[in-house]
Amino acid sequence: MAFVLTFFSHPLYAAEDEAFNAGPFIIEHVTDSYGWHICGDGDKSVTIPLPIMLVDNGHFVAFMSNKFHHGEAAYKGYAMGWGEQKGSIVKLADDYTGHLEEGVEYPVDHVCKINISITKNVCALFISLILIGWIFLSVAKQYRKRPDQAPKGLQALIEPVVIFLQDEVINPSLGSRAPKYTPYLLTLFFFILLNNLMGLIPIFPGGANLTGNIAVTGVLALITFFVTQFSGKKEYWKDIVNTPGVPWWLKIPLPIMPLVEVIGIFTKPFVLMVRLFANITAGHIIVMGFISLIFIFGQMTPILGYSVSIVSILFYIFMGCLELLVAFIQAFVFTLLSSIYIGMACGPEEEPETI
Amino acid sequence: MELIKPSFGLIFWMLIGFGILFFILAKFAWPVITKGIASRNKKIQDQLDEAERVHAELESLNLKHEQMLAQAKTERDSILNEARAISEKIKEEAKQKADAEAQSIVADAKQSIQMEKMKAITDLKNEIANFSINIAEKIMTEELSDKEKQEKLIEKWVKESSLN
Repeated sequence: MAFVLTFFSHPLYAAEDEAFNAGPFIIEHVTDSYGWHICGDGDKSVTIPLPIMLVDNGHFVAFMSNKFHHGEAAYKGYAMGWGEQKGSIVKLADDYTGHLEEGVEYPVDHVCKINISITKNVCALFISLILIGWIFLSVAKQYRKRPDQAPKGLQALIEPVVIFLQDEVINPSLGSRAPKYTPYLLTLFFFILLNNLMGLIPIFPGGANLTGNIAVTGVLALITFFVTQFSGKKEYWKDIVNTPGVPWWLKIPLPIMPLVEVIGIFTKPFVLMVRLFANITAGHIIVMGFISLIFIFGQMTPILGYSVSIVSILFYIFMGCLELLVAFIQAFVFTLLSSIYIGMACGPEEEPETI
Repeated sequence: MELIKPSFGLIFWMLIGFGILFFILAKFAWPVITKGIASRNKKIQDQLDEAERVHAELESLNLKHEQMLAQAKTERDSILNEARAISEKIKEEAKQKADAEAQSIVADAKQSIQMEKMKAITDLKNEIANFSINIAEKIMTEELSDKEKQEKLIEKWVKESSLN
């Protein structure tokens, strides 16, 4: 979304160049990149270069992403992938450094598999981690400094949310087991919420589509998956193997129900991953779609572009409000479902627990 | 980068970053925050209970106080009544005493007047007797100057005495 500003500073850019293509434009902005684009386009663009880090053939390679000149140059044989390898870093057949000519086929040796570059999303991740860490450590300090006093400042903002999560989400689904899982679930909620909100800010340090990235939601879902499985009590596994309340013929000759249950173990985190990713990405895509409309119409006649921009901006504001709502809802839903899954694995409350 | 292809680098950094965040917050932030909230909740509840208890205590104290006040009032009334009665009695007594004294004084006065009167009468009687004797003496001496008159008188007295 940082690009929104870019195009406002050069409203006629698209009309001068080749036809504006909304598809790649949108996809480019909801996916990751190796530099953090601030404004401008082409050679005049302002981009924060981010470090590229690779482990290639056992060697650690690191350099700044501006060596690639937005994918138009190779550095020591490394280049940004194209076509099938788009988004990856490829090693060319020779250690070529310099401009990559248009239309020339450069032979690719291999794709760098271990690529731990600090991409735009990784950078946004670090920023949000520092922000969350700072917020909650300072809130904790306030609790330590002024024990049993009325909440003040940041503490007053955070506390109702924490209490809401504890009373409405964590405690009802986990009961007496809640204290063990509360730190994870609270961290999860605030991580998702803050990154959802950061994604709505169109300029640096926001604007990275972190919670709309499948790797990020995948890791969160994976953690919930492992926490759920490791919390699984005897009942949880017994119910999977021998599902209660189901006719015997669904279990005995062919283990249909156990199979469904086993698939269910994996679909739950998978759905968590996809739900968050899809909701956040969809919001970003719609917003970018409205912005693209301006340039599509602007290419026909500038006047039409300006008039459509009014409608687009109104829709953008509407979508922004909706996205704000979605940011909270998705963080809430992810946390709620995680705590319900963990609570189900922990078994019924009446059981004497030995945690 | 492809939209639905998770990238290795991001997964790597995400695991490390989220892990570190979780451990830092789980160690330094969440326990403090949740305990802080719980402890404040407890404090508020305790203070509410305490307020209720104090209120009840105050109520009972008030009742006691009122009872004491009522008791004091009745006591005061009884003391006042008693005092009034005593003062009445004293007044009555004083009045009676004064009356008696006055009466005795009057009686005394009457007596002394009587005595004085008797004395005066006696004195007067004596005076009159003396006077009469003197006059009688003078008359006698006048009367008894001649023999005839003496005989006449003796005769008269004899007559009178025999008549008695």
